[in-house]
Amino acid sequence: MTHISHFTAVFLFALFASTVFGITQRETPRRMFRYGLYCFCLFVSSAIVISWVMFLIAR
Amino acid sequence: MLYSQKGMATAPVKTAAGSNSQQGFVYLPLIAGWLFPGAGHFLLRKWGRGALLSVSIIGMFVLGLAMKGKIYSSAQDILDMLGFVGDLGNGLLFVLSRVLGLGADQVMVTTADYGTKFIVVAGLLNVIAAVDAHNLRTGRKPE
Repeated sequence: MTHISHFTAVFLFALFASTVFGITQRETPRRMFRYGLYCFCLFVSSAIVISWVMFLIAR
Repeated sequence: MLYSQKGMATAPVKTAAGSNSQQGFVYLPLIAGWLFPGAGHFLLRKWGRGALLSVSIIGMFVLGLAMKGKIYSSAQDILDMLGFVGDLGNGLLFVLSRVLGLGADQVMVTTADYGTKFIVVAGLLNVIAAVDAHNLRTGRKPE
């Protein structure tokens, strides 16, 4: 059984999902890369922000 | 009234299947892409895209299994039914994991819950990839 941290799970999830989103939702390789990077940043940053919000609520 | 495209500013859309876009079984990339991640793009000779899709979807599915994620086998309630539909999107990976008895029967730890979601999302991403291959095949999406 693989034990990974929450952030590693978020990172891998964002990486794989962003790759598929980039390839399938845009036409040219350049736009695919940019859209994939955009999705990745949104995934990871929103996870960090929501985590901090939950941490502050739980205090 | 007849319109002529001669002299118009927009170039004709180049499809993955080229001039043979209406020949052959048009749903083959869709079905192949669903059965095996990236196979639809491989059929259309999109090697790079197919490889990236394959690695991403299979990687997510294998990570889900490694985290002892649950493979849905039956639907007891609406959430199970949705999870089962998501798992079905994995095509042969789902069948193989069921035959080999992979995955946990019950979610016991937090990472197993993550693993279950990884497997479901891998199936949903595979459906998106298969539909993309179909759109390339029909010319709806430019090459």
